[in-house]
Amino acid sequence: MKLHNISFNNLKRRKGKMIFLVLGLFIGIATIVTLMSITESMTHDIEDRLDQYGANIVMVPRSDNLNLSYGGITMGGVNYQTVEFAEERIPEIRAIEYSKNLGLVAPKVLGAATVKDKDVLLMGVDFETELQLKNWWHFDGTTPTAPNELLLGSQTAATFNLTVGDTLNISGENFTVASILKPTGTSEDGIIIGDLHAFQKILDKEGKISMVEIQAFCRDCPISELVLQIGEKFPEAKVTGLRQAMMSKMQTVEMFKTFSYGIAVLVIFIGSLLVFVTMMGSVNERTREIGIFRAIGFRRGHVMQIILLEAMVVGLVGGLLGYLGGSGIAWAALPLVLKSGAFAGLNYSLGGVSLLLAVALSLIASLYPAQKASRLDPSEALRAL
Amino acid sequence: MKEHTMHNSAVEPNVQHLIEIQNIGKDYQSGETTVEAIKQMDFFIDDGEFVSIMGQSGSGKSTMLSILGGLNHPTRGRVLLDSLDIYKLTSEQRADLRSEYIGVIFQSFQLIPYLTVLENVKLPMAITGKKAKEQDKMARDVLARVGLKNKADRLPDQLSGGEQERVAIARAIVNKPPILLADEPTGNLDSKTAAEIMELLKELNREGQTIIMVTHNPEACKHTKRTIEVKDGSCYVN
Repeated sequence: MKLHNISFNNLKRRKGKMIFLVLGLFIGIATIVTLMSITESMTHDIEDRLDQYGANIVMVPRSDNLNLSYGGITMGGVNYQTVEFAEERIPEIRAIEYSKNLGLVAPKVLGAATVKDKDVLLMGVDFETELQLKNWWHFDGTTPTAPNELLLGSQTAATFNLTVGDTLNISGENFTVASILKPTGTSEDGIIIGDLHAFQKILDKEGKISMVEIQAFCRDCPISELVLQIGEKFPEAKVTGLRQAMMSKMQTVEMFKTFSYGIAVLVIFIGSLLVFVTMMGSVNERTREIGIFRAIGFRRGHVMQIILLEAMVVGLVGGLLGYLGGSGIAWAALPLVLKSGAFAGLNYSLGGVSLLLAVALSLIASLYPAQKASRLDPSEALRAL
Repeated sequence: MKEHTMHNSAVEPNVQHLIEIQNIGKDYQSGETTVEAIKQMDFFIDDGEFVSIMGQSGSGKSTMLSILGGLNHPTRGRVLLDSLDIYKLTSEQRADLRSEYIGVIFQSFQLIPYLTVLENVKLPMAITGKKAKEQDKMARDVLARVGLKNKADRLPDQLSGGEQERVAIARAIVNKPPILLADEPTGNLDSKTAAEIMELLKELNREGQTIIMVTHNPEACKHTKRTIEVKDGSCYVN
């Protein structure tokens, strides 16, 4: 017979008590784990969504001219850039150190043409990439895919009196209007969007790119670092990070994180209280038993050893079950909370933290009443019956 | 019957008693008032004695026993065990002393419900560093001694009152303590079982075990060699 035999026999033979204690811990820890897992997945989801929302880096050829437009109003006519990038160099963007943080890279060619006696801006794009990047675009008609298909800005369509299915001749080439953009309120309303290579040919800019819009995933990298790295690869380019877009993105995520941490702290507090009260009640009930141990000649330390060993075992079992249970609940509940949300898998550091938390809580909660009881005169502890 | 104040080491300097109770008093605080559970008691107990402390409930006899057992700090006075003032010790030293010198049979047995009979008997040895084999042999020997050889693996609630009392006795004597304290050992038992238990205690005493028994029952006192009567917090020796 050793002290640990007493602990284990108590746990083994008082199963109801043990189950009750483990249940208390289970509920506390499982709630914490569920909430943490769900908010973590939600944060990821929000970050992913925000990352997919448009480009946040723009690369244009460096120019000494000052921009003469502000808020959509251009003074002194359109300043057509004469400098361009070579198209075959565009893939070099992906050669930067933080390339894993790069999403879509959308090169485009810009140029003016005269259509039906009117000057109009043409933008040649890779439709597939562009439509993924501008996922807020809504248009009537079908998604343009072929090189001879066009996407018209709403104002352009009105000016030329064109509808979906009409044919438009630009510099001797015939194009079909596949779709018309709904008004966006930006410069896209007044342009004609077509296939990159087809427009390069019309504009006599074959193999040339006027600007590149880049999408960066910046969960864990500063956007300024990406801008610098791209700038090093293309010294002739002016690379600009859309800081404003990034800031609001980060702020949204931060706000959500703060909110979820706030809730987590609250849940940890309530869970801890639950565990605390349960453990404390259980040790208080044992005052008489502690009196017997002390009367037989057990030192205070012996009594503490017995109780704390039990608390540790209960903490470990409760913590482990709580962690597994909480993860299971999160796995089951996530599809209900987030449409596209998938369970991120078992988070082992969260598991470690829950185990530690459960053990620490049940130890702390037992420590005080155990100490109190072991300090009692054994005769008083026996009278507590 | 005369009030007992004469057995004092100052008066009999050459007599070495096993236990000496000198000027013991115990007060309890009950709200604002102080209750004197024990006014003043002086007596001694010699090695090998079987002494009963008798009194009505509330007379202070159980308090006296717990003070004797090093379980309850007196307000006044000294308890000398082999001339050692046990309340001068720290509470941890007193725990060690209880483990080595004193076996206690509690009122209403006080067995640990989740330990088997054998484990309950082994309990005092859990802190002695005795090997598992030795513990097992000692516990089984003492269980055979109290007539419970075949019930070693039962849990306490599967036993009758008399059997539980025997387990309590086995647990109290397994470490072979020089002093055995018994608090109303027959209080919860029918008269036949009570007689059997008294016989067992007498047998132990015949083998040299010092026993101090607290009881309210004058019948039980007939079995002991000496009775200390406790009345209103004071004691008288027959």
